[in-house]
Amino acid sequence: MTTLGEREAAVLDRIEAYRRRRPRLTDDIVTLAHGAGGKASAALVDAVFVEAFTGGDRSPLADAATLTLPTGERLAFTTDSFVVQPRRFPGGSIGHLAVHGTVNDLAVSGATPLWLSVAFVIEEGFPIDELREIAGDMAEAAAMAGVRLVTGDTKVVGRGAADGLYITTAGIGSISAECNLGPEHVRAGDVVLLSGNMADHGMAVMLARGDLKLDADIRSDTASLGQLIASLLEAAPSTRWMRDPTRGGVATVCNELARDTNLAVVLDESRLPIAPAVVGACDLLGIDPLYVANEGKVVAVVAPDEADAALAAMRSNPLGTNATRIGEIMAEPEAIVVLLTSFGGTRIVDMLVGDPLPRIC
Amino acid sequence: MSGAPTTRARIRVTGTVQGVGFRPFVYRHAVALGLAGYVLNDSAGVLIEVEGPADRVAELTRLLVDDPPPLARVGGVEAERLHPSGLTRGFRIVESHDTGSADAPVSIDTTTCADCLAEVDNPADRRHGYAFTNCTNCGPRYTIVLGVPYDRPSTTMAGFTMCLRCQAEYDDPADRRFHAQPNACPECGPQLSWRDVGIDGDAIAVAGAAALEAACDAILAGAIVAMKGIGGYHLVADATNESAVAELRRRKARDDKPFAVMVGSVEGARELCDFDRAAIDAISSIRRPIVLVPRRPDGGLAVGVAPGLPELGLMLPYSPVHHLLLKRAARPLVMTSGNLSDEPIAHDDGDASERLGPLVDGLLQHNRPIHIRCDDSVVRATGGRLQVLRRSRGYAPETLKLPYRVARPLLAVGAELKSTISVARNNWVVASHHIGDLEHLATYRSFLQAVEHLPRLYGVVPELVAHDMHPEYLSSKWAAQLDLPTIAVQHHHAHVAACLVEHGRTAPVLGIAYDGLGFGPDGSLWGGEFLIADFHSSRRAGHLRAVRMPGGVASIREPWRMGAAWSAVATGRDETASRLKGSGGNEVAVEVVVDLADHPTSPITTSAGRLFDAIAALLGGRQRVSYEAQAAIELEALARTVERGDAPRYSEHAVITRTGDTYVLDPSPLIAALLADLDSGVQPRLLAAGFHEAFGRATADLAMMVADECGLDTVALTGGVFQNARFTDVVEDALRAEGLNVLVHSAIPPNDGGVSIGQAAIAAAHDRG
Repeated sequence: MTTLGEREAAVLDRIEAYRRRRPRLTDDIVTLAHGAGGKASAALVDAVFVEAFTGGDRSPLADAATLTLPTGERLAFTTDSFVVQPRRFPGGSIGHLAVHGTVNDLAVSGATPLWLSVAFVIEEGFPIDELREIAGDMAEAAAMAGVRLVTGDTKVVGRGAADGLYITTAGIGSISAECNLGPEHVRAGDVVLLSGNMADHGMAVMLARGDLKLDADIRSDTASLGQLIASLLEAAPSTRWMRDPTRGGVATVCNELARDTNLAVVLDESRLPIAPAVVGACDLLGIDPLYVANEGKVVAVVAPDEADAALAAMRSNPLGTNATRIGEIMAEPEAIVVLLTSFGGTRIVDMLVGDPLPRIC
Repeated sequence: MSGAPTTRARIRVTGTVQGVGFRPFVYRHAVALGLAGYVLNDSAGVLIEVEGPADRVAELTRLLVDDPPPLARVGGVEAERLHPSGLTRGFRIVESHDTGSADAPVSIDTTTCADCLAEVDNPADRRHGYAFTNCTNCGPRYTIVLGVPYDRPSTTMAGFTMCLRCQAEYDDPADRRFHAQPNACPECGPQLSWRDVGIDGDAIAVAGAAALEAACDAILAGAIVAMKGIGGYHLVADATNESAVAELRRRKARDDKPFAVMVGSVEGARELCDFDRAAIDAISSIRRPIVLVPRRPDGGLAVGVAPGLPELGLMLPYSPVHHLLLKRAARPLVMTSGNLSDEPIAHDDGDASERLGPLVDGLLQHNRPIHIRCDDSVVRATGGRLQVLRRSRGYAPETLKLPYRVARPLLAVGAELKSTISVARNNWVVASHHIGDLEHLATYRSFLQAVEHLPRLYGVVPELVAHDMHPEYLSSKWAAQLDLPTIAVQHHHAHVAACLVEHGRTAPVLGIAYDGLGFGPDGSLWGGEFLIADFHSSRRAGHLRAVRMPGGVASIREPWRMGAAWSAVATGRDETASRLKGSGGNEVAVEVVVDLADHPTSPITTSAGRLFDAIAALLGGRQRVSYEAQAAIELEALARTVERGDAPRYSEHAVITRTGDTYVLDPSPLIAALLADLDSGVQPRLLAAGFHEAFGRATADLAMMVADECGLDTVALTGGVFQNARFTDVVEDALRAEGLNVLVHSAIPPNDGGVSIGQAAIAAAHDRG
């Protein structure tokens, strides 16, 4: 007969073992929450794609895959689809996003972006002039980023089968021999840097939809991070980990960092860089800027003794003038992101399951 | 000598009967009655075998039922007749080494008893002035328990070795301190210490009675002091000193939320507030909650204690250190939770020094560790109603009876704000202390500690976990990570179930669940619900009209946004925009918010709490809140300045419609009428009272339609909105006038503090099939 103590210990062990289990997919149909970038997205990807493609191996889920050639050289390979309304907004267009998004996924993997492919799904009736403009934006973005668009595909679907235009890009970059990034390199005491103001892109797009009478000077930050990251890695060769905080914002990538390292990511609210106009718009719309998308920012974890050099390198790039030390990695509480609030509190910043929904009663 | 025939009985006593002086109580009476036999603790409670004259055995049984020790809660007394053994001499307490899993192993923390207080006050007593005096009838329990069985090594008293005299008391079955686990005296027990952390940085430290005197003198001189009590730290200031109270608000970063005040005696309390019999009973009960009572106009405390509110939260001293401090101070003292706004109260000494040190001028501490943080409980006593709003110290971890047996032992993890957790086994459920708002890291840690500690204490190895349906609650996410079967319970169904647990009812009722927000199965935010429910199931028979929350969570902090949403529904977009601009709203903000009120990014809600917010804002009340439900609390206060009979009538203005099998209550014509009267110069207080009457009666009307149609005779009023006593009066009176039974919350909070209890009851019902 087992004693109470033993049964209890067994249960506690079980609880502990499953605490960090990946979210379960319990839905029967795909909902918008599965595309919001939070836990529901992760559950969908895990339960359907990872299961089918790799039999449960989660290693392909980084921003880009790292491929080693027989010669020993390493390539980064990534792909992304772009859907945005409106297609043109202050600071850029879907064309810019389609290039920057893929280029940045390569850059944060430590790669030098080299080649892109592009595929268009176009809805019947789409204006050729607009398509021309978008192609021009892509060419411009690719030139700025130093990458070449080398292959592509075009499909046209009937009216109503697509919301105007979808673009998918894939990209390849080369990884230098000394580059060594990954959550396994992150240590307590490491410093968390953000390359500039938060939430510009998401708020610019939201306001550009034009259904709210809010006229604020907010421009998307869409940009290629290749050069900024190259100078960051040069100044801080021990850099541990990088991500571009796109969909789901800084909060979501920090949660992924906390989960993958099993460490605490401690952010300092008073240091989070954000433009006053964005603060104002977020307040009015009731949006937490920590969860809003960026398209030209990087969150980097660097060694404490290289933090100042890393910050200086970012700030010397025009895209990084507002780069800031936003927080620190700590040993505890494990796998949790916390925000030290302006008036001395400590708030948990969790990964959302779906779209933000009030919890307060 | 009794002439009755000799009998022998085995008596089984269940309930909270261990650690409360039950065995010495039995011993004393058995000896006095001349009975032979023994008493022992076992896993089921207390077991007694006695032999002697039948009438005396019957008398002992009667005493067990009618006059048990003060801290005992007798669940049942069952006597079984045995053959007399012929042994007629000697009664003893049998030591039990049973580790047991008694159904109620730990009792509540209670106020110092009269016997102990007399010793503390008696200059000739060895415990004179001793701040940690206690006995089996009083003192700390739940807050000092590390584990079970409840004996000294598994309490935070483990580090104190009793002196010979204390040990002798502890060993003597005839003594009040027989097996009093926290027994202590100035020789061997915990000590007070005082650390002055004045601006010059020179910390002055003293111990013992001098510590208390130094702390008291500092308070009287206007200082703010952190004081360690039973369940955590208080921040203490002179409640009659305006500048000290203002300074406390500034340091604690607490804008408007009222401070609790401790007074030395019931007489002192009556000088400040109007007490009826129920309120006096509440404030002087051994549980010693904070009691919210209507304040007297001539009460005379610093204005900053509870600015603009017609009620004060008062409590009486509940440990010797409080008694000593209040006696010396001879005036009311602010005793607010020892924390920064919204954080959990400090209970660990290191944490207190770190978090509270910078806020205070000195710390009055002691060296008896607090294991479980336990906030002061809060009871509202208004117009004869008593309602527990926060069920914590003095109430937790008291077991509550379930009307059926639990198949698999289970854990219920509660909601998100005002979090509590519960465990259930056999035929009971026990709720934890108030844990708080889980979003704060320290609170979440407290939650993690509680989900481990409470099941262990109660011998519950959870085989089923109940959680809220809201996917973003940290408690829901925690539950989802477990490798245990889980059950998602709808928020308002849990509220109704909590009310049913309180009333021990299993038959279906119509539950009216009015609160701030809870996740509905349709993905929208519910909060104005009419549910036909029992523990097994719940069907939404009606609800408040849905509106959007302009800007989501921002509309909770800023009631004017909900005002905009409801006004737009009632009077149109443009009239709303010009009204809000006309009353001083920022032009850009008004335009955006009015558009957000009809924008797909704003979540949809049927919340009644948000409707009260909206009315408060539209009538010129609070536009932004600094604590939960502030606008609604102030709206009720405004309404209470008008007698119910003097409130204007808006009888035809809340419209009930029916779609399919669901009723919808639309108060927008009422809002339009209120706004028209406001514009024509009617006083907001009259409109506030008129709203309470009209919305209350409309609520009752819808309830009666459903009750009639479905053949229900009982209505349960639940959810945080039913903390509003005026509104509850209106609804309850209207329902009773139609012959319906009305269940209201008294012992279990109607707010989210009661959700874990409801979850447990529902999960247990489902589990039985």
